[in-house]
Amino acid sequence: MALDSKQDTNKRDFKIVGTRPPRPDGIDKVTGRARYGADMSAPGMLVGLVLRSPHAHARIKSIDTSRAEALTGVHAVVTRADFGDVEDGATADTLDNCMAGAKALYDGHAVAAVAATSDAVAKQALKLIEVEYEPLPHVTDVDEAMAPGAPVLHEGRTNETVPQGMSANVISRCQFGHGDIEAGLAKADRVLERTYRTEATHQGYIEPHACLASMGSDGQADLWCCTQGHYMVRNTCAAILGLEQGKLRVTASEIGGGFGGKTTVFLEPVALMLSKKAGRPVKMVMTRSEVLRATGPTASSSIDVRIGMTKDGRITAGFAELRYQGGAYPGSPVDMGAMSAFAPYDLENVRTIGWDVVTNRPRQAAYRAPGAPIAAFAVESAIDELAKGFGLDPLEVRLKNAAREGTRASYGPTYRAIGLEATLRTAKDHPHWTAPLGPNQGRGVACGFWFNFGGDTCVSLNITPDGTVTLTEGNPDIGGSRASMSMMAAEELGIPYDKVRTVIADTGSLGQNEVTDGSRVTFAVGLATIEAARAAKREMCRRAAKVWGIDEDAVVWEDGAAKPSGPNAGEFPPMKLEEIAAIASNTGGPIAGHFEVNAEGAGVSFATHMVDTEVDPETGAVKVLRYTVFQDAGKAVHPDYVEGQFQGGAAQGIGWALNEEYVYGEDGTLQNPGFLDYRIPVASDLPMIDTVILEIPNPGHPYGVRGVGETSIVPPLAAVANSVSDASGVRLADLPLSPPKVLAAIRSR
Amino acid sequence: MSKIHVTTTINGDPAEFLCEAGDSLLDVLRDRLSLTGSKEGCGTGDCGACSVTVDGRLVCSCLVLGAEVEGRSVETIEGMAEGETLHPLQRKFIEHAALQCGICTPGILVAARSLLERNPDPTEEEVRYWLAGNLCRCTGYDKIIRAVLAAAAEMREAS
Amino acid sequence: MQYLSPTTIEEAVRYLAAQTGDCRILAGGTDLLVQLRSGLAEPESIVDIKRIDDLHQISREDGGWRIGAAVSGAEMGEHAALVADWPGVVEAVNLIGSTQIQGRATLAGNLCNASPSADSVPAMVAARAVARVVGPDGARDVPVIDIPTGPGKNALARDEFIASIFLPARPERSADAYLRFIPRTEMDIAVVGCGVFLKLGKDGTCADARVALGAVAPKVLLVEDAARALIGTSLDDAALDAFSAACSAAAKPISDKRGTAEFRVHVTGVLARRAALIAKNRAGGAAQ
Repeated sequence: MALDSKQDTNKRDFKIVGTRPPRPDGIDKVTGRARYGADMSAPGMLVGLVLRSPHAHARIKSIDTSRAEALTGVHAVVTRADFGDVEDGATADTLDNCMAGAKALYDGHAVAAVAATSDAVAKQALKLIEVEYEPLPHVTDVDEAMAPGAPVLHEGRTNETVPQGMSANVISRCQFGHGDIEAGLAKADRVLERTYRTEATHQGYIEPHACLASMGSDGQADLWCCTQGHYMVRNTCAAILGLEQGKLRVTASEIGGGFGGKTTVFLEPVALMLSKKAGRPVKMVMTRSEVLRATGPTASSSIDVRIGMTKDGRITAGFAELRYQGGAYPGSPVDMGAMSAFAPYDLENVRTIGWDVVTNRPRQAAYRAPGAPIAAFAVESAIDELAKGFGLDPLEVRLKNAAREGTRASYGPTYRAIGLEATLRTAKDHPHWTAPLGPNQGRGVACGFWFNFGGDTCVSLNITPDGTVTLTEGNPDIGGSRASMSMMAAEELGIPYDKVRTVIADTGSLGQNEVTDGSRVTFAVGLATIEAARAAKREMCRRAAKVWGIDEDAVVWEDGAAKPSGPNAGEFPPMKLEEIAAIASNTGGPIAGHFEVNAEGAGVSFATHMVDTEVDPETGAVKVLRYTVFQDAGKAVHPDYVEGQFQGGAAQGIGWALNEEYVYGEDGTLQNPGFLDYRIPVASDLPMIDTVILEIPNPGHPYGVRGVGETSIVPPLAAVANSVSDASGVRLADLPLSPPKVLAAIRSR
Repeated sequence: MSKIHVTTTINGDPAEFLCEAGDSLLDVLRDRLSLTGSKEGCGTGDCGACSVTVDGRLVCSCLVLGAEVEGRSVETIEGMAEGETLHPLQRKFIEHAALQCGICTPGILVAARSLLERNPDPTEEEVRYWLAGNLCRCTGYDKIIRAVLAAAAEMREAS
Repeated sequence: MQYLSPTTIEEAVRYLAAQTGDCRILAGGTDLLVQLRSGLAEPESIVDIKRIDDLHQISREDGGWRIGAAVSGAEMGEHAALVADWPGVVEAVNLIGSTQIQGRATLAGNLCNASPSADSVPAMVAARAVARVVGPDGARDVPVIDIPTGPGKNALARDEFIASIFLPARPERSADAYLRFIPRTEMDIAVVGCGVFLKLGKDGTCADARVALGAVAPKVLLVEDAARALIGTSLDDAALDAFSAACSAAAKPISDKRGTAEFRVHVTGVLARRAALIAKNRAGGAAQ
């Protein structure tokens, strides 16, 4: 249901929204008191460990667990045979990913699991499980997987969008756009044709997956886990184990990072099954190696781009064909890449085609604006190359072609008010743009976009007898959202921020909540919070009216109190929230407000990033000197956390551009399953990351909020590549820009 | 093989535990002493989330055996505040929004305190290089560095 | 697995000699604990040498320095006089890993672990460091360069360990330097490492040189051709070019996930030149 929110957006004077109060979980987190996934224990708890395939692709001919089961201290062993069948296709894939069936599809694919009295016994038990594998040829590269004759992972999964005769690893094809590409290209003064490649990266959250499962013989179960969506965990595990959703209560721990990688399950169904068989709680914690080998990195890609531009910088046509491999199951985010690739531009002729391909790699999971950074890398690099080739200012070229309110987006819809132009103009006027550069230094810019989402949301706002407010919501806090919810509730109720406490309740407390993803929480949970607060206000006005003996319609809420709406209503002093709360029992009972919605109206968020780098021409090493993020937040509820999202996304993008990549060996096994050789940026790799928050309110939210968490990772890949190109004089179309690649390009110039 | 009996001092308090030869100090802190403030992010000394000090020296507790701290003094995140009073670094982290998910925060606070004990007036670069062994994936380090520099300034003022 | 913590060298040697299965020495543990955890090492016993007081000393000896095997890189970095004499060796060991790793890592451990890319080894070799090996037959001195025999393999017998590293007296007008190439700014294993020692004559020309390369061969490489290219010269561009070329020519690297062979060969020459200039400046030569 769409909300009529033309009322009171943006023109409002906010008292609390837009300020920077301390977060409610701050003290717990700086003292080590906060409990994350691996920080919980239960009496009688067993340790669960997973046995994983060492082969990239193999038929599992047999599994003999008898010796493991006989080992003293082992209380349960689980294989796929313990699970029933699952009807829903996506859930069936999830089950197969959590516990392999007929085939092991990637190095690290789970094939069995044990629960034992200690880590040492569990490790010993794993060694006693005998798996008979028949290794099969494997494929890890997206283009190789599409080629005829490639080793095939699944037969018969290809859908009707794919033309006959392609490899069975090609699962689907999508297409977006409008106009006539060839006609558009014909009008260009130059057409750039280039192929870009990106390698798979991992979200890199510092907290490995962990859970504690306790399942009773009566089919009721409790699960503690670090997740971005405990309702998703409940629903998925219930489906996999054949439980009713209400029988499984999931509590979300504090989460040590997710970025999309914890929007699905890996250990949880296995832990529940082990607990069921053992009759005791089972705790499972992944090692870093397991996280990298067997959770959900993002896709790797190859992308063909053709863009035509006139010599004064007008893009006459934009075309991209994107091939993404999403690991061993269908579902790479190529559709989102294809939709977002040209989203910042107002184009008469635009077309994108996306191919979803499977390979012998772990099943991909969402990674912050899934699919978009990859596509933006290609398109933004190409636009930069064309602009520079004509001697044009890259920001001017983008302004010339920028989408605005009323533009028909390349992926279909028409934009409402958007902030792209504001970010570009602000970037142009910013001192960073004209700061001098030294030898071997260069500057690059790029734009980015993310759709942002709404989704199923429930909020319950309860008022205690002493007039404090508890806000119960169902979305794990990955970036400071509890503070933002408390701020919006306090703003709406007209009470101080510290009178509101936001808690993330377990799945028994609310009906259903979409995971914390899609940059949805400040938007959707915020919207629901505001509506729940309004419902509570209406109820409190009713109570005041009852006490005063006047009509309900004659009472309004102002500055944290119920008041008669005018002199004709009666002369009654305002009744403050805590006064109404104190007499709630006598006026009808406890007071609450709640709101349930499938939120729509999320506003898209645009950004422009600017980065200076220095390239050592003798070694190819790249140093990031200066970085500025310009992004539209609609309305920044808590500016510190908005800045934090801008900075965090930029840092991940820098890592993706310069050093992060999955390296597979000839044998299809992952060569760098650790933080030593999977190189995320360290503190000394980065400068301060400056941020400029633009606020072009989203008409779909009562306060104008747009999601911000994802857009910030979309521009950096191209911004860094464009900067490196400016610094070194060479164009690289192949990420990451590791020193050997950069040096080779410089030397062959 | 019987377990090793270790007598040690943790955050100023006497402590005793039994452990296997191969148990790391991190395993012992978390699983035997219920001090779960130190985190395991990698188990190989590459992320710093398990940082503690042993006899005043900053180390990764995943790379120290439990048995090694016999007679030594261990300081963890749990010992950083004094009762209700937060260490200036802890306060500045909250003020400067220097944490998002917070999983790296204990390790970074322990490491930063060790830095300021040795160098009360570090430059931005010195802070970055000292903390290079503490990975953060959420913040991009910007607000963390600002918080450390702010805490250093406040601590210099106070002394 | 057994954990033993002797308090004297003799006790440690007795433990080693008495073990029948695989027995490992524990100093800083930054390699051993990683190997234990991954299952790469499954020793029956561990001998922790950090309770042996003698092994914690940094002391002057014959104008040089004797550094006990239990001394961490961080402690070396805090020793002003040692840093003044051998800045290259100290900076090398303090490039290993992170601040936390440097709080534990030791020269002897880095040496005996025998990774081809060990950071402290090229610097020690350039400095002509000597290992004091102790065993049942007493003590013997072995040049550091002779300790690693291949990736992960060293020349020690199973009942021997290194008790200390000796850095010789540093002559007048001489200095050492260590540089390595890594893709990030910290935390990585060296893709190429280069340790240089230079001695200048009174007239400012190069009187002695020693250069060792890491991460470009199965073990550390001492490049005598390169040293000869500098000796007798004023370390001008022509000499440095010849020096770089000799280092690149000596490098015999593999291609792996950290760098291609071609990249390593090229960067070897670049780093060697930069390290030589640093050593030259430290030795009192004019900056170039």
